[in-house]
Amino acid sequence: MSLPDSSPSLPEPHHIAPETLLYLDGVSVSFDGFQALNSLSLIIDRGEMRAIIGPNGAGKTTMMDVVTGRTRPDQGEVLFADRIDLTALNETEIANLGIGRKFQKPTVFENLTVFENLSLALKADRRILTVLFSGISAEQTERIKQALETIRLTAQRDRAAGSLSHGQKQWLEIGMLLVQEPDLMLLDEPVAGMTDAETEQTVELLHEISSTHSLVVVEHDMNFVRDLDCRITVLDEGQVIAEGPMDAIQSDPRVIEVYLGR
Amino acid sequence: MGPLSSRLFALESRRGWTVFMGLAAVLMAVVPVLNLAVPEDTWLHVPTFWVTTLGKFLCFAMLALALDLIWGYAGILSLGHGAFFGLGGYAMGMYLMRQIGERGVYGHPELPDFMVFLNWKELPWYWYGFDSFAFAVLMAMLVPGALAFVFGWLAFRSRITGVYFSIISQAMVFAMMLAFFRNEMGFGGNNGLTDFKDLLGFDLSASTTKVGLYVISALMLGLVYLLCRYVVTSKLGRVLIAVRDAESRVRFLGYSVTRAKLFVFTLSAVLAGIAGALYVPQVGIINPGEFTPAKSIEVAIWVAVGGRGTLFGAAAGAVAVNGAKSLLTGIAPEIWLFFLGALFILVTLLMPRGLVGVVRQWRERRAISKASHSDSHVSA
Amino acid sequence: MIDRKSRDLSGNRTLGAAALGAALLFATAPVASEPSEADFHAALQALDTQKFQQKAQAIEHLGALDNPRILEVLESLAKGRLYVRKDGRIVIAERSGKKYLIQDAISGRPEPEAGKKELKKIKVNNRLRRLIRGVTGRLALFSDDPDRRVKAADNLIKNPNPQVLPLFRQARDRETDDAVRAKLEVGIAVLELEADDPALRLAATTTLAETSDPDIRSLLEHRLQTDAEPNLEIRDALHGAIETIDRKLWLFGIAENLLFGISLGSVLLLAAIGLAITFGVMGVINMAHGEMIMLGAYSAFMVQEIFRSVVPPELFGFYLLAALPVAFLMSASMGVLIERGVIRFLYGRPLETLLATWGISLILQQLVRSIFGANNREVANPEWISGAIEIAGGVTVTLNRLCIILFSLAVVAALAAFIRYSRFGLNMRAVTQNRSMAASMGIRTGQVDALTFALGSGIAGVAGMALSQISNVSPNLGQNFIVDSFMVVVFGGVGSLWGTIVGAFSLGIVNKFLEPVSGAILGKIVVLVFIILFIQMRPRGLFALKGRAAGD
Repeated sequence: MSLPDSSPSLPEPHHIAPETLLYLDGVSVSFDGFQALNSLSLIIDRGEMRAIIGPNGAGKTTMMDVVTGRTRPDQGEVLFADRIDLTALNETEIANLGIGRKFQKPTVFENLTVFENLSLALKADRRILTVLFSGISAEQTERIKQALETIRLTAQRDRAAGSLSHGQKQWLEIGMLLVQEPDLMLLDEPVAGMTDAETEQTVELLHEISSTHSLVVVEHDMNFVRDLDCRITVLDEGQVIAEGPMDAIQSDPRVIEVYLGR
Repeated sequence: MGPLSSRLFALESRRGWTVFMGLAAVLMAVVPVLNLAVPEDTWLHVPTFWVTTLGKFLCFAMLALALDLIWGYAGILSLGHGAFFGLGGYAMGMYLMRQIGERGVYGHPELPDFMVFLNWKELPWYWYGFDSFAFAVLMAMLVPGALAFVFGWLAFRSRITGVYFSIISQAMVFAMMLAFFRNEMGFGGNNGLTDFKDLLGFDLSASTTKVGLYVISALMLGLVYLLCRYVVTSKLGRVLIAVRDAESRVRFLGYSVTRAKLFVFTLSAVLAGIAGALYVPQVGIINPGEFTPAKSIEVAIWVAVGGRGTLFGAAAGAVAVNGAKSLLTGIAPEIWLFFLGALFILVTLLMPRGLVGVVRQWRERRAISKASHSDSHVSA
Repeated sequence: MIDRKSRDLSGNRTLGAAALGAALLFATAPVASEPSEADFHAALQALDTQKFQQKAQAIEHLGALDNPRILEVLESLAKGRLYVRKDGRIVIAERSGKKYLIQDAISGRPEPEAGKKELKKIKVNNRLRRLIRGVTGRLALFSDDPDRRVKAADNLIKNPNPQVLPLFRQARDRETDDAVRAKLEVGIAVLELEADDPALRLAATTTLAETSDPDIRSLLEHRLQTDAEPNLEIRDALHGAIETIDRKLWLFGIAENLLFGISLGSVLLLAAIGLAITFGVMGVINMAHGEMIMLGAYSAFMVQEIFRSVVPPELFGFYLLAALPVAFLMSASMGVLIERGVIRFLYGRPLETLLATWGISLILQQLVRSIFGANNREVANPEWISGAIEIAGGVTVTLNRLCIILFSLAVVAALAAFIRYSRFGLNMRAVTQNRSMAASMGIRTGQVDALTFALGSGIAGVAGMALSQISNVSPNLGQNFIVDSFMVVVFGGVGSLWGTIVGAFSLGIVNKFLEPVSGAILGKIVVLVFIILFIQMRPRGLFALKGRAAGD
């Protein structure tokens, strides 16, 4: 597929394949002279699970910020699904298009219970007056129950989210993504701060999810990424330097240089 | 309407409803009876002056509820809520002014005294319609609501939050104060609107009218409380708390933070307007003093003293602080400002969750010690 | 001072003009007689009579003499300060408490003070006052003091009277001072505007086109409107002159607005600069900032009172210099107290900080009210910053305002240099940029916080000292500035000293340019609404700090 430093040869928008879900082309972002993304190009297909790795400051989080509308790129195209231009939309609109995001630092609503956190995330009409007057249906309660089981928090259902352990907060956030039912999930370091056992369970969980959703996982933990067993994109200094399966990545001299050469 | 009534019933716990109904009975039945039916020379008699003072406090409690709705739940600290309260008050004041008719000092059939004094020849267009009570009541809600909508739309759209919002809301009420001090505005300049005679034909100086206004204030306070309760127990209430705690995260969930804030801010302003409209006939005057920034910021301390994010605490805090104010200014006026200043400092430092927080903490501690007691029995 | 006196002279224009004319009918041009103290004495003593007719003669007599003291004597008479002492001598006396301070009328030497019973006032009526005004006006025209001559010429311009034309021509010919001569030329031109000779009228019009006085403009306008000028060519010249004056007045108007705007801007800058530290750099919302200013102003008041009672009067003027460190230390130590006692427990909770510091402001206000009373206290301008400077065309600026403009800039410069170059400034920047990093490098962040807050507060105190020179000192002083100073900082851009300077001056200037159009209060409202709208567009102010942090 797309090769690094070959943006001119990337397909024109009208050549976007029907299976493409997310399409980034020539995206650049700079902060006060610091080039966070440097003509980044990336394509995610429908139903794909993709891991993105790279050293600190490679632009992984900025890339997610651009996709979710938190940061406007200085230039470049960001298209979603049926060629919807994400750069013209704000965070709320993008979320409603079906892009869900889990943050690097788990951000759950600490003063709300686990159940309430999930009910907020639940896929439903987000208009203010509807939100004011609607109750929660039996079917929706059922979905939350399922999600609770999936993320193993059934027992903590009525506890304040603030009182959960770090790993449980990470799971709650994944659970919130699940009930949000997005077409594309962006997960920023989902296993940071988890024990090995928790990490293993998370891998299982992500495999389960990937059967029904497209997933982009950002991580530094190489072992975790290997376990994900998916296509990998390596970022460095705001650019894609390699892309492919794990074996190919591990033998790529540029990746070795970036990871080991410093 | 089955689900709605069940939701209404679920607004409070069983004990909550008991307290609510008990308070409503005391405020709306016992106090008026003690005033009207008990002879004046017995100790049980509640003087009319007290009833009116209490009525005033209930209006303040309503204002505190309005502020708690946005500050306690959505994290928006408005230092300009006096603007909405004052506008509601002015709308009612304009109606009461028009009711004076020919009984003014200058006896002009249409123009209020201050306009005759300023040599105005005809009523300004924005005074049209205020001879109708219904119109005035509508305006008491619409005008604050519209101002809040425009101000809030501008602020929330540009993501002005936290202290920045507080500061510009203070600037807003300050600008209002300057504007209403001007005679040319047509709202009586620094004297404001006063010398009211009657409301819907009821003589404002009559005891029964005063008690009537008090009862209506209590009733409205109850309704406003239930309305606020409805909002905060709804899913929107949880969205607001989420906005308060992690605003940007809410955006990524697909909720429009701007709209949620705008809705609750506008609603809050409308409630403040209602409070102002009920306040004016009871105190008999409305002037630009209501727009001084100091008054608006004082509302925040009522809420903080009672406990923000609890509604009940905000209302109780308003009554408590204003009770203390009446008491202390009666004894020695200079003490009041020391007391109020100390209250601001001590509550924020030592009781961040207010009186309600203190009570809850105390109750929880008792519950925990009880639980651990029974636990040890079981394990033993 | 200048203003007040000239207003006295022209108190009643038409009457004044008539009196001047009348006086000149009696008196011829000044006689170059020997300055005779005996004549002076005789004429002066003649005032000691009950009959106004005789007093009038004495006044005219005095006016004909050539003695530098006569002007002051006559002015004192008009003000009712001329008295007859028990011993029959005539003196100038001024009431001071229960006593009268006395000086001899003829010599001007001070004499022992006297009680009320030892003095008899020489009464004057309005007719005499008018007469005196005329005589003094003429005397002033030939006075040795150029300022007085200018004033006399001004008086004529304001009250044109054809009868004095020859006198003015004479005065012009004798005049050595260019500035005074220019004034006299204008006065003469005003009169020659009505001359019979068209050439003179045309010349006068040309002379008057050089001026920039609205009074002269209306005089020219009047001539046109009443069709007093028959000559078409001169009419054109008059039109041209009016246009020229209008253009100049417009320019002066702009200059004046600009100057007043800068003056207001400097006040705003002083009020806001401390806030730029506490709010801008530390991010602490200090609602008691206004009270730090107030404390500085009261410090100046206290130092002034101490100087009054302890220090010899000739050193009184230096009290401001002594007040500077006192005001700084007073507010700075209060700042430390507030930071250590309250604010440090509230870091990371800005809304609570706002409320707690509001409480502090209430307490400080009430404290000051309890100690000093609720009334305004006056802090006097020292001699060296009293008075005014006329810049051009009637645009004057009082010296104290000018000093405040310079002072505010000096304070900002000193502050910027301090932050940039001092060790403490470095620590301060380190702590505000990355607290934990700074702490791990051994900087005591708590101490830096306290001192930074003290610095901001101390500067507010210094600002208060400066503001005491132009406004009344009262417990509410700070409240008048709090909204404005927050607006300046937010408008300019939080955390940017440049932003604060540009914000303060642009708001000051915009305010002053709006005032003539919309009135002072409405202008202020417009500015507030403008800022509120501006913040919507640029939530981070004019000079926003960019960067990754700006995104959230």
